[in-house]
Amino acid sequence: MSLGGHFTYFITIFLMIAGLFIVIARGNLVKKLVGLGIFQTSVYLLYIAPGKLVGGTAPILSEAFTVYSSPLPHVLILTAIVVGVATLALGLALVVRIREAYDSIEEDQILERDNQPGREDAA
Amino acid sequence: MSVVQHLPALQVVIPLLAAPLTVLLRHRALAFVVALLASWTAFGISVALWLQVEHGGVVSYAIGNWPPPWGIEYRVDRLSAFMLVLVSGMAAMVLPYCWRSVEHEVPAQQHYLFFTMFLLCLTGLLGIAITGDAFNIFVFLEISSLSTYVLIALGRDRRALVASYQYLIMGTIGATFIVIGIGLLYLMTGTLNLVDMGQRLAAVQGTHPVLAALAFLTVGISLKLALFPLHQWLPNAYAYAPSPVSAFLAATATKVAVYVLLRFYFSVFGQSQVFGLLPMKEAMLLLALAGMFAASTIAIFQSDLKRLFAYSSVGQIGYIILGLSFDSASGLTATILHLFNHGITKGAIFMLLGMIAIVMGGTSLSRIQGLGKRMPLTSFGVVLCGLSLIGVPGTAGFISKWYLLLAALENGQWWLVFLILLSSLLAVAYVWRFVEVAYFREPRKDTGIDAQVPLSMGLPAVLLVAATVVFGLITGFTVGSASKAAAFLMGGLL
Repeated sequence: MSLGGHFTYFITIFLMIAGLFIVIARGNLVKKLVGLGIFQTSVYLLYIAPGKLVGGTAPILSEAFTVYSSPLPHVLILTAIVVGVATLALGLALVVRIREAYDSIEEDQILERDNQPGREDAA
Repeated sequence: MSVVQHLPALQVVIPLLAAPLTVLLRHRALAFVVALLASWTAFGISVALWLQVEHGGVVSYAIGNWPPPWGIEYRVDRLSAFMLVLVSGMAAMVLPYCWRSVEHEVPAQQHYLFFTMFLLCLTGLLGIAITGDAFNIFVFLEISSLSTYVLIALGRDRRALVASYQYLIMGTIGATFIVIGIGLLYLMTGTLNLVDMGQRLAAVQGTHPVLAALAFLTVGISLKLALFPLHQWLPNAYAYAPSPVSAFLAATATKVAVYVLLRFYFSVFGQSQVFGLLPMKEAMLLLALAGMFAASTIAIFQSDLKRLFAYSSVGQIGYIILGLSFDSASGLTATILHLFNHGITKGAIFMLLGMIAIVMGGTSLSRIQGLGKRMPLTSFGVVLCGLSLIGVPGTAGFISKWYLLLAALENGQWWLVFLILLSSLLAVAYVWRFVEVAYFREPRKDTGIDAQVPLSMGLPAVLLVAATVVFGLITGFTVGSASKAAAFLMGGLL
């Protein structure tokens, strides 16, 4: 296998690391969710890319073809996409609520506002 | 006969269908009744399945009649039957408690949604325990996680929102790591059925993608089970969630994650691969010890009871993972036993804390001064459960620690026996903080609402506290199930 034959893996791993880095390095709650989205998307590629065979067709049995691509990864990832959308929607909904409660979506400001003296017993 | 055949499917389908039903009803009482019936039915089914496995061996159910490994298989073996009983049993206990508890902790117009989320969470946890399909585990894991995030965010304190958000980020990273692991295994074996995967892995044993899959799965699941130092989401999530949610999660969510770890380690990879090719034994041992000591020490310095016992949970998960790291049948027995015993103990504690919060207006140590006088029975219950956390003979916690010690001795690791006892002293310290404040301080005049604890909350809590003692004295069910499940896992059979 040449370097070119592995290029999907390089893209996958780049996206994976980039996504995870954004989640860790950014303090903005929405940006964190964007990073999380990229991280999850990299997994879609990890599943789908190996399912494609060079010269393979859609898996509909026919006399004319002998090589088929695997349809199963697509089905799995369809489920994973739904999960990803749900996670993103819930995350954004939480950010809206956090902004209403704290008037900020920056992690450090939120933590600061919780650690103000006198709040400990107010709960 | 026909219904009995479909029990494995019904186990998951009933709470799953009950969840949208509660949304359609949009009525607090009706939603509660539906949720209650669904969870009690689920508990009945899990007991029936447990009996079936006990007498007839593994139950396999092909969803949609597609035979495994092509279709999704539900597979109930000794370990999953035991987990199903724990999860559905806790749900059946916590739900009646919810009825009055949510009145105090959740805005009224969201009550029916609370029950919806609770049912979805139950569905997810039961699904993880019953399914025999790797990708299905991920889907159920996300069903339970997403509903858990919502349940935590329902807490009154605004910090519940931040706790939920943090858990969402950490939980999703964990779940994505798990999918990456499953994906690599799928690429190497071409199957998603766990039994089939375990058999086909033998051919590609020790190859780099398989080892990478093992590493990804270990990290992902460790995030979910709050293994030290991946536990940061847990204390805030438990502390600011409504108390029935804390009780249910503490008793089941992390425990089901441990189940997933056991399933992948022993049924899919096989212990020769996990412990032979990577230094998992040493890694798990170190992390378990770090959790036992560090988390228990942090627990001592908490000023809020809910946070105190949340950190104690992280410490107790250390014991669970310690049993796993022995790689022996007796170690696994201790792990599975402690799953159950710690689950009921922590469930009971968080239920009692919810009652304390209603009467005293909070659970910070400064508020509960003199609790022993104001709520004698409740404080006594917390003390009893605390004794179980320490591992005093006569409580459930003692039984699992006893087996843990036996496993350590069997391995010839004398120093570990010493460390286990030493870490129990830390548990004495944090339980003592409660005892000191509750019994040796005068009640503060300004705290305490003149409220009575409703019977629907008191009764489940009393039952669980009683269970903590009963399972410390009568050990037939727990030790029997745990040792059989451990033997089953070590036999390499699924």
